[in-house]
Amino acid sequence: MARPVDGPYIDSAGRGDWPKPLKAETCELSFYYGTRLVLKRVSVPIAECNITALIGPSGCGKSTFLRCFNRMHDLYPGTRYEGAIVLYPDSRNILDREVDPIEVRMRLAMVFQKPNPFPKSVYENVAYGLRVRGVKDRRAIDEKVEQALRSAALWEEVKDRLSALGTSLSGGQQQRLCIARALATDPELLLLDEPTSALDPIATASIEELLQDLKRRVTILIVTHNMQQAARISDWTAFMYLGELVEFGPTKRLFTTPAKKQTEDYITGRFG
Amino acid sequence: MPTVMTEGKAILIDKSGGMEAAGRRRARRRREFVIEGGLLLAALVSVATTVTILAVLLFESLGFFEIVSLLDFFTDTLWTPLFDDPHYGILPLLAGTVVTSVVGLLVAIPVGTVSAIYLSEFASPRMREIIKPTLELLGAVPTVVYGYFALLVVTPALQLLWPDLPGFNMLGPGIVIGIMILPLVISLSEDAMRAVPMVLREGSYAMGATHLETAWRVVVPAATSGIVAAYVLGVSRAVGETMVVAIAAGQNPNLTWNPMEPAATITAYIVQVALGDLPHGSIGYRSIFAAGLVLAVMTFAFNILGHVMRKRFREVY
Amino acid sequence: MIKRRKFSEALFKALGLSALVLAVGTLVLLFGALLIDGVGRLDWQFLTSFPSRHASQAGILPAVVGSTLVMLVTAFVGIPIGVAAAIYLEEYARRTWLTELIEVTVTNLAGVPSIIFGLLALGLFVYMLGLGSSILTAGLTLALLILPVVIVTTREAIRAIPVQIREAAFALGATRWQTVADHVLPYSASGILTGIILALSRAIGETAPIVTVGALTFIAFLPPSPITDQPPYLSFEWLMSPFTVMPIQMFGWVSRPGEDFAANAAAAGLLLVGMTLAMNGLAIYVRYRMRKRVSW
Repeated sequence: MARPVDGPYIDSAGRGDWPKPLKAETCELSFYYGTRLVLKRVSVPIAECNITALIGPSGCGKSTFLRCFNRMHDLYPGTRYEGAIVLYPDSRNILDREVDPIEVRMRLAMVFQKPNPFPKSVYENVAYGLRVRGVKDRRAIDEKVEQALRSAALWEEVKDRLSALGTSLSGGQQQRLCIARALATDPELLLLDEPTSALDPIATASIEELLQDLKRRVTILIVTHNMQQAARISDWTAFMYLGELVEFGPTKRLFTTPAKKQTEDYITGRFG
Repeated sequence: MPTVMTEGKAILIDKSGGMEAAGRRRARRRREFVIEGGLLLAALVSVATTVTILAVLLFESLGFFEIVSLLDFFTDTLWTPLFDDPHYGILPLLAGTVVTSVVGLLVAIPVGTVSAIYLSEFASPRMREIIKPTLELLGAVPTVVYGYFALLVVTPALQLLWPDLPGFNMLGPGIVIGIMILPLVISLSEDAMRAVPMVLREGSYAMGATHLETAWRVVVPAATSGIVAAYVLGVSRAVGETMVVAIAAGQNPNLTWNPMEPAATITAYIVQVALGDLPHGSIGYRSIFAAGLVLAVMTFAFNILGHVMRKRFREVY
Repeated sequence: MIKRRKFSEALFKALGLSALVLAVGTLVLLFGALLIDGVGRLDWQFLTSFPSRHASQAGILPAVVGSTLVMLVTAFVGIPIGVAAAIYLEEYARRTWLTELIEVTVTNLAGVPSIIFGLLALGLFVYMLGLGSSILTAGLTLALLILPVVIVTTREAIRAIPVQIREAAFALGATRWQTVADHVLPYSASGILTGIILALSRAIGETAPIVTVGALTFIAFLPPSPITDQPPYLSFEWLMSPFTVMPIQMFGWVSRPGEDFAANAAAAGLLLVGMTLAMNGLAIYVRYRMRKRVSW
């Protein structure tokens, strides 16, 4: 697929900081709720084993954008995508009609804004993705559950109560359980939709630390309402406003020398 | 699915080409399709039931109206299908249905409305929590038990007031029907009043109105269509009520508007005929379907009216 | 002025309270009368005897057995169809004219007088399908009758499951059915159970449609046993057996003149009311426990 040369993500100063290699990219992605256009030709590259953050004022379409990646909008009537989301290395457009959304969701994983563990045991929460994929081998599941809980830095806290209800954990633990649940199936891309907005600062810090650790193995795309968070943890940042991509660039550069006036206004707190 | 160990990490997902095997996908899609189809079939049972009700009633009534003209049906003042000199005028049965229902509504509407206002605007949450399930419970008591009350408790009690009240009459069962539909009327109109936004009430209090003035001048008018919908659904229930009138109102079709007299209703007639041994396909057999059709049309109309009003009310708030 | 307004308010409060007391009190009074009339007859002999021309020897055994068997059919047919329909409407249906039609018919059926279901059953099951006045016919009739109740309460229970739970399952790659079977149904089970109990409690007291399909009021035998001593140890002969049910038995006794039979009717009424109260109480208890446990 041809890369739109004059797309807004190309650094306007021509400094050529183009991420490489790519795990995914969106090409002129538009999205409609009914007849309302909520995403306008957004093109963003997602660098492999990096953290890409989406920032912007609430209602700018960043969550909508994120939910396009695992075709969550397919669950609701009257929604329509245009353009493409290409997943690498196989270079397939996952928005293609031929592609079953369930297959897409089997490759990606998502963590939601509010922790949403199932009212099942901790173990079953993490194992569910494997069960859905038809894994029956008890030992393999045990192993993956432990591995995922370790990756989510939760193992030490819950190893003695794997049969406790996932909903009985504290808010921060619940969110880490949701991350473990997402990691158990070895996703190629981890989508996080404001994962710390419902958590206190301590739980937030531990999750941020966790993401730094995870990015060595998995590509992360995170929506955040918190600019400091984006600046702290991400490698790349995309700033969206009113359904459009205003600017994309390496996080450090975008926060220090934004190329667009709107970006500057936003990160200096003049609106949003 | 093969579990491959690579660098100490089990890879459970077949990543050849990124997407899963076509066979597996087809199998999954087929299973989902079959399940959805099965669920849709189950959902269509209610459509089929409605259609079949109409079809059966119309089909059997058609046989009836081949013999009885529509004009006779609606103008004849006698209903004696089982006599040697048969008359097929629905009016006496209709009158019985109307009188018992009206008596019931005269009980249920005032008592129900006042109770609902009290529950919604004055009662403590604790009291509401006790009363609501109790009402639900009362609504669940089998109607045949209410029939017993009408015949053996309420009518004898009324006879203490009016000694010449016959053992079968429309007043007793009418009152019992009223008591029976009370839970429905209270519960639905209370729902309607509680749906009125708090800000409306606060606006009224702020102007110095009392609780009662607010309830009466603000809440009730705002909830009117919801309350009337409750009445309409109550009417539908009263019209279709069977066992109470079959037991206590008498079995003789009697064109009268006097609730002190005995008279059969549409429903009571159907029960009476069904209890006997009428041959399938006879005019007597078909007459209960014609009577049932009239009943069905009446209740359909009330139900639709009630639900349209409820829906409109819900849309406002 | 203010005093007068306060007075009218107090007056109305008294009026409202007395209306409520009147509504609930009258019913309590009526049940009291039932209790006084019937409690004397409610003994072991009454529960284990067949009907009789002599009121004092009559019992309700065939009716109890009949009610049980009819309920079995009703539950077996009505619950799966009702729950499946509710799942379809909540989890699958898109906003089309067909969905709209289904919803309208469900609401409408909920308000159709039960005797109309009786006429449907008489025309369709008894004659057209030739099932006769059997337990099967009665069970199917009541299954159709409770369908709207099961559908409406199941939908409410399902709707209480937050959309985030569904999305979590979908995001993990679950199909729609996996989401329903692994999450939506298990988490709403107690709510669905409440609805089922309420629906069955309504069915067990239904009289009019059962009269219409031709239940007997006097029956001196039991349906064939579902369990036999010969392989395959199961028999479905009982499905086609003539029968009576408890409310019909009560109706039969109410219609007969004489104090003695009235006492029998009252005893049967007590039994019915007791069962209704027990089932509704159970439903309320299940709902209460569920409300305490779940915190989304």
